[in-house]
Amino acid sequence: MTEPVAQSGGGIVDAPGAPVLDVDPGIRTAGPVTAPWEERFTSYDVEAFEVPRGREEQWRFTPLRRLRGLHDASAHVDGAVDVSVRAGFGEDAGELTGSGVRLETVGRDDPRIGDGGIPADRVAAQAWSAFEQAHVVTVNEARSDDDPLTITVTGPGEGATAYAHLQLRLSHHAEAVVVLDHRGSGTVAANTEFVVSDGAKLVVVEVHDWADDAVYVGAQHLSVGRDATIRHTSVTLGGDLVRLSPVVNYRAPGGDAELDGLYFADGGQHFEQRLLVDHSVPNCRSRVMYKGALQGAEGDKAAHTVWVGDVLIRKAAEGTDTYELNRNLLLTDNARADSVPNLEIETGEILGAGHASATGRFDDEQLFYLMARGIPEVAARRLVVRGFFGEVIQKIRVPALRDRLEAAVETELEAIGS
Amino acid sequence: MSTLEIRDLHVEVETESGPKEILRGVDLTVNSNETHAIMGPNGSGKSTLAYSIAGHPKYTVTKGQVLLDGEDVLEMAVDERARAGLFLAMQYPVEVPGVSMSNFLRSAATATRGEAPKVRHWVKEVKNAMTDLEIDPSFAERSVNEGFSGGEKKRHEVLQLSLLKPRFAVLDETDSGLDVDALRVVSKGVNDYKASSDVGILLITHYTRILRYIAPDKVHVFVNGRVAESGGPELAEELEENGYERFTGTKEEQPA
Repeated sequence: MTEPVAQSGGGIVDAPGAPVLDVDPGIRTAGPVTAPWEERFTSYDVEAFEVPRGREEQWRFTPLRRLRGLHDASAHVDGAVDVSVRAGFGEDAGELTGSGVRLETVGRDDPRIGDGGIPADRVAAQAWSAFEQAHVVTVNEARSDDDPLTITVTGPGEGATAYAHLQLRLSHHAEAVVVLDHRGSGTVAANTEFVVSDGAKLVVVEVHDWADDAVYVGAQHLSVGRDATIRHTSVTLGGDLVRLSPVVNYRAPGGDAELDGLYFADGGQHFEQRLLVDHSVPNCRSRVMYKGALQGAEGDKAAHTVWVGDVLIRKAAEGTDTYELNRNLLLTDNARADSVPNLEIETGEILGAGHASATGRFDDEQLFYLMARGIPEVAARRLVVRGFFGEVIQKIRVPALRDRLEAAVETELEAIGS
Repeated sequence: MSTLEIRDLHVEVETESGPKEILRGVDLTVNSNETHAIMGPNGSGKSTLAYSIAGHPKYTVTKGQVLLDGEDVLEMAVDERARAGLFLAMQYPVEVPGVSMSNFLRSAATATRGEAPKVRHWVKEVKNAMTDLEIDPSFAERSVNEGFSGGEKKRHEVLQLSLLKPRFAVLDETDSGLDVDALRVVSKGVNDYKASSDVGILLITHYTRILRYIAPDKVHVFVNGRVAESGGPELAEELEENGYERFTGTKEEQPA
């Protein structure tokens, strides 16, 4: 039996298997007169934000003690991230050739910096206020799906701290499949800008496969141009604490954003995802599908994940089509998944809006049922978890990355000794 | 020929007020090609017997044996029992979200047969079995039991019976919650498998209704955690007439 557990927060949370909640066009959802995001504060300046104490809506789930001072200016920056770009992915990756893709290291005054968006929390603003150099990767061509780019971001090393700034930029009608691969050790606060110009199409898989010691707090600014498309898949597998805050900003009508996510938290890990899709212009589409698995071994620290999905349809955003979904699978008892979907609709003239969230347990009854059909315990768990993540993994366009993620999930499962 | 032998089986469950004995010395022997009906009032321990044979962790065997051709089933893990040839059609089949029925069936067949069935044959085999049970092909891509109606779940239990081909099958109230059409289809599925194999069947039921479709060779009345009386099909007829009163001393339970 799957039963809803460990749900909290606002929004409407439905039980697994229950019909998905859809909001009919023309019906305004009940809610506060002033939505929190209408007063959503943004600034490039860290001093404009108060030091979080833990009670704030933005920070209430985050263990501030484990941020190593990123939030209160006590962090000491003594390192830098390494950024490299290669053509291809995995064993096939090689040097970039041609002039279609460019990696630049630029200063703070580069006019392109900030095209993606503006920080909305203190850690993002801290990184923005303090970074010295930014990496800008520009794609000026329509690349084939079979020819992915790999951008590797490596942490500053154990005990070191870095503020990072990366911008991935697609020119008008450019197309690219990009793997943005984060790995290594250390403490990082970062802003990542994805600037997708008019008519461009970016498929990006952002992987956070950090070493056990790493802390990464990053804001992803997704800027979607006229008739532009972004497919952003966020994969979080490793790190002590990873907190990601993707924001979708539509710059003109016709934008299309799909945000998928996969996270797998073990004992002691805190993985947090806070999304905002800001429908501010007409005729844009968004789809969000995040799936998380959690397993904390008995006697170990709990595994903790947080998913907050805010979708705002502003008054001007007629013709909006949006749907968001979060599902969590608790593989062991020692785990906690918070899931908070929020949908705020300021115009009735939309195509559709809906959301769903559910957290279920892989329980003894399921295990018994599968084993009673002869399936060994390890295979039974694998079957359930593979099925659960399949929807997200099968959409990834890079076969070698799919293989790596499937293998990573299997390794996670073996770690619990199941 | 195979034999499933239950000897002096005692089983208890954990309750808030400590362990409670549910089975109090069950003796029962089922041979290949035999169908035994186990009938009893609610709370008599029928389902506990079914789950104990399959190895559900909730039940603790405190005494006795379950032997499959002399091999001790109670020493086996749940999946080992299934691979040894035991099958339990559950009263309440479990939903497993995210795992498609087709993937599940193939995994189960691979496990019980010891090798993955050849794709071409397998697809045909599943398709035919589903057609026989009047199951729409679209169910193959749905998550295991998720959102299925009671009748759909029972059909899929019998589908698994026919595909996994056990030596002994325990059918735990497979008739409960079925309308007459579904009961006919499900019974036909069981009978088809009986006809095509040497399966021995333990048919657990509260009502005599299903026995009009699946003919038992022997009938056991199950009361208070043990077999109170055994006989031929005529015993079911007597229960139909008089209920369980003669065994329980109350009129509450009326099989119909």
